[in-house]
Amino acid sequence: MKKTEVPQDPSSLKNFTKEVCYAVDEKGNYVTNLSTGWEVKTTALGITWDDIHKRAEIAKQQALKGEVSPLLYFIEIKVMDYVTLAAYTGFWQWQIKRHLNPSVFNALSDKKLQKYADVFDVSIDNLKKMNLNES
Amino acid sequence: MKVDFSHLQAAHCENGVTTNLLRHAGVTQITEPLAFGIGSGLFYIQIPFLKINNGPAIAFRILPGLIFKRTCKALDIPVVRKKFSSPQKAQLFLDEQLHANRPVGCQVGVYYLSYFPKEYRFHFNAHNIIVYGKEGDNYLVSDPVMETVTTLTSYELERVRFAKGALAPKGQIYYPKEKTTVTTEQIRAAIKSGIKKNVFYMIKTPSSIIGVNGIKYTAGKIKTWKDKLGLHTAGLYLAQLVRMQEEIGTGGGGFRFIYGAFLQEAYTYIPNDGLLEISKSFTKSGDLWRTAAVHAAGIYKGRLSSQQDFNMMADYLYQISDIEKEAFKALSKLDL
Repeated sequence: MKKTEVPQDPSSLKNFTKEVCYAVDEKGNYVTNLSTGWEVKTTALGITWDDIHKRAEIAKQQALKGEVSPLLYFIEIKVMDYVTLAAYTGFWQWQIKRHLNPSVFNALSDKKLQKYADVFDVSIDNLKKMNLNES
Repeated sequence: MKVDFSHLQAAHCENGVTTNLLRHAGVTQITEPLAFGIGSGLFYIQIPFLKINNGPAIAFRILPGLIFKRTCKALDIPVVRKKFSSPQKAQLFLDEQLHANRPVGCQVGVYYLSYFPKEYRFHFNAHNIIVYGKEGDNYLVSDPVMETVTTLTSYELERVRFAKGALAPKGQIYYPKEKTTVTTEQIRAAIKSGIKKNVFYMIKTPSSIIGVNGIKYTAGKIKTWKDKLGLHTAGLYLAQLVRMQEEIGTGGGGFRFIYGAFLQEAYTYIPNDGLLEISKSFTKSGDLWRTAAVHAAGIYKGRLSSQQDFNMMADYLYQISDIEKEAFKALSKLDL
């Protein structure tokens, strides 16, 4: 990549930082140049988030129909995997999978629900209602 | 309390932490490309069957922590590294270091990193920052990928130091044990050993998923993605490849440009024209990675959709694999 070709496209890095890119100058020597972003990877990140939102929306609809517990919605929207969620809550992975069952979830004590609520940054009430804390 | 510390922005977090900590310790010659090359940072792996964020598990660099470890070892610099079971002890130890006028490297998770844009926050636990002071409840933070220094409250810092899941940092802290200087001869020797190790990882392991073989492995997989996953998911897989290759921290072209810069710097210590020639091969490889990314974007934006387009994507990777194989072979033959 030539120094003059370092992309300067808009991206979500705006107002946060610019990133360092390595490129060659007209003499072929390596120099660094700051980049505001590259459209190719902004799109890559964008469609990744679109997919996450889509998965979360499907999970929400399933939960509203009573097919799955609200937990799945938060797992999707918070990009969690079972290993990570188990580590944060102290539950075993098999317990979390069991909690995806609405009848098991609805019978959970407040103490257990609070563990999930803490990790997902919501109140127990909003955990059940699938309201995200946007702050 | 505040350590007299200068923040130097880097492309990659661990390179940056290594460079800034070593400079502070007295190794004035160190730069990001030197740290990356001496630490044998260039790599490629696709781990089969493992999925990360619903996509393929691909990395363009070696395991987190190794660049700092290898660079210090090659330069004969003793290192202190500590993990903690309790956040209180971790904070206490950190405060002690700051009192002793010592900036330290911390491994952190990015999910709760408040100064990162939301879109970049995944549960990735191997980010590296330097903490160099504390004012009231705020820790002074030098994150090498940011243009300027920043702060985290003690709660925010604890949260990221004790992020959970894969590669959990467990409050990990590390720093060079004492102030030191290194000689030109030491740097020369470290460059040689760094190159040798990188040659091994890229072309000499027997594994089919590591190094230049790994790139071919991914190429083969890409050809099957459209039929196996459907166009939409195949596009998401390619987007993941592009993100691993280009997102913050790689310096562009999956670290290949940083490696090219390293070989040019190596030349100033070891004037062998071969280094400059081979540097050009890495520029070529990095450029081809980026051309491939543009092609991939054509697919995940929906402009390209035929099997032919996936085959072409694979062909780019086969070409890249060949270029890098030749480059590392040439490096292994150089009489340095």
